[in-house]
This record gives sequence, C-alpha cells and structure tokens, in this order.
Amino acid sequence: MDTLLQQLINGLTLGAVYALVALGYTMVYGIIGLINFAHGEVVMIGTMVAFTVIVSLAGSGMPPLMILGIGLMISVLVCMALGWSLERVAYRPLRGAPRLTPLITAIGMSMVLQNVAMIIWGRNYITFPPMIEKHIFHIGGATFTNVQVAIVTLAALVMSGLIYLVHRTRLGMAMRATAQNPQVASLMGVDINRVIAMAFVIGSALGAVAGCMVGSYYEIAHYQMGFMLGLKAFTAAVLGGIGNLAGAMAGGILLGVIEALGAGYIGQLTGDFLGSHYQDIFAFVVLIVVLMFRPSGLFGEREGDRA
Amino acid sequence: MNGQVKTSTPWQRHWMAVVLIGAVLLAVPFVAALGGQAWVRIANFAILYVFLALGLNIVVGYAGLLDLGYVAFYAVGAYVYALLASPHFGLHLPFWVILPIGAGVACIFGMLLGAPTLKLRGDYLAIVTLGFGEIIRIFLNNLNAPINVTNGAQGITLIDPIRIGDFSFADTSTVLGVAISGPQKYYFLLVALAIGVIIVNIRLQNSRVGRAWQAIREDEVAAKACGINTRNIKLLAFAMGASFGGIAGGVFSAMQGFVSPESFSLMESITILAMVVLGGMGHIPGVILGAILLTALPEVLRYGIEPLQQAVFGRMIIDPESLRMLIFGLSMVLVMRFRPAGLWPSPQRRRELAESAN
Repeated sequence: MDTLLQQLINGLTLGAVYALVALGYTMVYGIIGLINFAHGEVVMIGTMVAFTVIVSLAGSGMPPLMILGIGLMISVLVCMALGWSLERVAYRPLRGAPRLTPLITAIGMSMVLQNVAMIIWGRNYITFPPMIEKHIFHIGGATFTNVQVAIVTLAALVMSGLIYLVHRTRLGMAMRATAQNPQVASLMGVDINRVIAMAFVIGSALGAVAGCMVGSYYEIAHYQMGFMLGLKAFTAAVLGGIGNLAGAMAGGILLGVIEALGAGYIGQLTGDFLGSHYQDIFAFVVLIVVLMFRPSGLFGEREGDRA
Repeated sequence: MNGQVKTSTPWQRHWMAVVLIGAVLLAVPFVAALGGQAWVRIANFAILYVFLALGLNIVVGYAGLLDLGYVAFYAVGAYVYALLASPHFGLHLPFWVILPIGAGVACIFGMLLGAPTLKLRGDYLAIVTLGFGEIIRIFLNNLNAPINVTNGAQGITLIDPIRIGDFSFADTSTVLGVAISGPQKYYFLLVALAIGVIIVNIRLQNSRVGRAWQAIREDEVAAKACGINTRNIKLLAFAMGASFGGIAGGVFSAMQGFVSPESFSLMESITILAMVVLGGMGHIPGVILGAILLTALPEVLRYGIEPLQQAVFGRMIIDPESLRMLIFGLSMVLVMRFRPAGLWPSPQRRRELAESAN
C-alpha cells in the first residue's frame, strides 16, 4: 500500500513534466502534422539556460525564489526565441515538401542543438545548486517534497493558461481553425504563418517550463537528456491522441503514473524475473497495446483514412 | 538523365557504365588499403549501410510505411549470429546455416510487430516501430539475468568470422599472387550481397507486388478498392525489410567479432532512414548514394576537422567530436532545404513534385 501511494505521487510529478512536453509536440503536430523531433532538445536547452542563470546569480544575495523565477523567465524567453527560429529557418521553407522531408530536417536540427549544447555546457553531467530548502511531507507511509508540490501546481497553472488561450482568445480560435483546415482558415483571414510560428513559440515555452522542472527535480542535467524525455513525451502525446491538447495532458500523466507503478511492481509481478531496469519499456509496451485497440490514441477522434 | 533521352544505343552506354562501376568496385578495397585497413573497414560499412538502406527502402520507399525501428531487425540478426557462433553458448554453426536462421527470426519479429500495428496511420506506425526498437534494445541490455542470454551491456565477444571450408574471412591469404586481407575479403562478400539486394529491389519495383506497394503508398483506400489485400501486402513489405535487416546484422556480427546493444540505438535507425530519405526515397541509385555519403561524411569529418582546426587556429578550439556531429546534422538540414525530394530522386517522383507545385 505504501509503495502504491509513493509511486502514484512520483508518477504524478513525472507525468506533469511529460504532459507539458507532450503539449509542445501535439500543438505542432495538430497544426502542421510534423513530428518535431527537435522539441526534446528545446527542453534540454531550457534546463541548461536555467542552470546557467541560477548559477551566475547564486552568489548575488537575491532571495532564492527570485533567482529561480528569473532563471525560469529567461529560460522561457530563450526557448521561445529558439522555437520561433526553428520554425522560421528550418521548417517553413519545407512546407509543401514530401512528408518525410521535414522529419529528417527535425532530426538534423536535433543533432545540431545537442552538439551546440555540448560545446557550450560540456559533455559531463552538471549539477543544479539546491536553491530551495527541501521540506519533506508525510502522508500515510509515503513522502513527498515541496519541490514536487511546486512542479505539479505550476504544471496545472500553465496548462489551465494554455486551455484558456486556445479556447477563449482570438489566437486560440485561429489555431483551432488552422488545425482543422489551413486553406479554409487562410481564406477566412487567418494569418497561417503567424499561427504556426505561435504554435512553436508556445510549445517551446511550455518545454522550457518543463525543462526547469526536470532540472530542479533531479538536480542534474546533461546535453543528451532531451532525447529520452522527448521520446517519452511524444509517446504520451500519441497515447492521448496526437493533436489533441487534453489528450496530451492525460497521456502525459498516465504515462508518468504507469512508469512509476511499473518500476515499483515489475519485480513482484514477474517473480523477480524482470527488474526495475526495465522501467523504460513500459512506456512503449503500453503504447503498442493501446494503439492496437484504439488506433487513434485514447482520446483521439476516430477519423477515416484520408486520401 | 538516363532514360529521358532515348538514343539508338542505350545498351552500349549501359554496358560501359557496368564495366566502369565494376572496375571502381574492384579497385576500392586496394586503393583504400593504401591509407590503412581502417579505410577498408569504412568502405565495408558503407556497403553494409547500402544493404541496410535498400532493405529499409522496401518498407519506406516502396510501401510508404514509416519505420523508425528498423535497427531492431538488424540487432536480431546480429544477436542470432553472435549466439550461434561464439563461445558464449559454445555453439559454432557455419554461417550459411545461421544467416537464413537470422533472416528468418528477423522476419518473424517483423511479422509479430507488423500484424497488429500495420492498420495504424503513418505517424502512429512510426512511433510504434520506434518503441519496438527501444524495447528490443532494452531487452538486449538486460537479458543477462537471471539467465544469461545476451550478456547484457558487455555484449558478446569472440564471434566466429565467416568461414567457408578452410577459407577464413578473418586473415590474409593470397589469391592469384595478390594478398587479400580480412577486411578486403569481407568487402567482396558485402558487394556480392549488396548486388543481390539491388537485384531484388529492381525486380520488386516492377513486379505485381511492387505496383501494389506503390498503389498503397499513393492512396491506401483506392488500393483497397482495387482489390489489393492491403494488410498482407503491407505485412510482406515489413517482413522483407526485416529479413534484409537480419542478414545485414549477421554479416555485421561476423565482421566485427563483437556485438553489444550500444550498436543498435535509435540513432542508428534514424541514420538509416536519413540515408533513404536524403538520397531519394524509392530510387535505388539515390538510396545507394545516400548510404555511401552518410557513412563517409562522418569519417571524412573525423579525419579532416582536427588538422583543419590546427591549421586555422593553431590549436583545438572546439571539441572535434561534437563539431563533427554538428556539421553532420547541419548538412542533413541543408540538403532537405535545397533538395526536398532527396539528392537523387527518381524521375517519376520529381515529376510528381513539379506537378503538385504548379
């Protein structure tokens, strides 16, 4: 029982991060149908920028929370700029190209970003300085920290903000229209280029927030961390039904919880035949099983094959 | 280009080309050996990747199924060979027994994955195959306990080289007065295999199955309406691609004498896919070009960057390894930017693109 509660809490924290990253994938996919492989790298750059800002401000005597806040802000701004330039430089010229072309570009960009990060921040793990004093809370037999509470709360706030943006503002309406049918949307006066650029910018901002969360949760960062994180988040987006915002959120949290539960119980379930180092396969096994029965993801609309 | 202008003697020109290519293929291992056996090994890998890329071309280029986990089948083939011809289990079967087994096992894995998932739409299939590739790699990494099957992350060592009778591919021997080293022997074996897969690719392209694949790629609903059993035909593409991956894996195992899960990362799948797309999807010469370029480029950069930096700045400013990958990634982006259909697309595809642009 204690393990169950503990793993649920850990899974929720991890899931909140996955959900934020998954939103970045799903927004871009929903609008232009591109798997933006470089998104994981944007998240990584977000973590790294936050790290640099926090380290350079650490001795300045500012209150720690303010330093964290500034780190988050700068990292969000840098990632927004990065997302915008990615779209402008790499993807926009390829609109209308064969479907796999932008995918290869995305893979190329991901390699570029990873290696730029390695040149700037080095090839070793970097450790985050602990800014907040950790408080540990107890519920039943399980524990959680104030960092976890902050992560889940911040994720909830950011996601509510996104839902408001998409469903209650003009930009959101333009985005939904473009996702449904770009040609018709542009006939109705929607500036498609701006909408697509905004999808990248907003997705990258969410990614930066997620990157800061990962950094402060695990307290380490590495230039290759974006890869697996991005992969899991993309899996989460597909699990929920790609292109669907609520699906990405649900998929992310579900994936986090499944992974945590799987890691906690796999030894017990298989009589110690498989150990917790199989943690990473859960995401993919669940994905394959779900897609076998619901080919468009859990919350994806069932659409017919389009010609 | 070829075929657009019909001249009176097309055969003559083709024979010239065949002789020329044959001469180049024959000369490559000896010219490369002048720079050391390392360059022969690079040439070998280029040919191995040609083989893999053409195998994947069947799945992605012909049938239009986006497979991001192709390396899983390559890994299966490699481990089948490694387990059946190494001291790990004490088995030393001859390679012509193992190679079909490797191809068969890879084929079964392909069908196991394909059967339930091939009804998925494009990008869902991509992520499922990607996940499958990761699952295989994680299993290879961890199947050393409780029963030691794959020897975990350390991998399997001392794998037997390919041996035909007393003729071993591992050491130097003299044929007709010419000393041929181990890597050079593998080179000729790989070229023979690559020619085999090229022939299969060409024959498939113009066959009933090849046309069915093309129909599915262009419009699956219409293909179904025309009476094509889309499920079986797609499964066939998947299984065929997987078998070629399995064969390539077996040769890789024998050539290296060592396999570990590290060689079968997602990056490997992506690189093979990049070869297919960068070269020109569905076009055999294009795919070959893509495979050779993407194998050679990192190596050329490896040997070129360090001296270049020394010459320009007088010292190492940027870590050469990351600069190498940076340039590699950047060149992928640039090629796609300026040649969206690949470096050498098939004439037909180029026409289609030109039409849709109008």
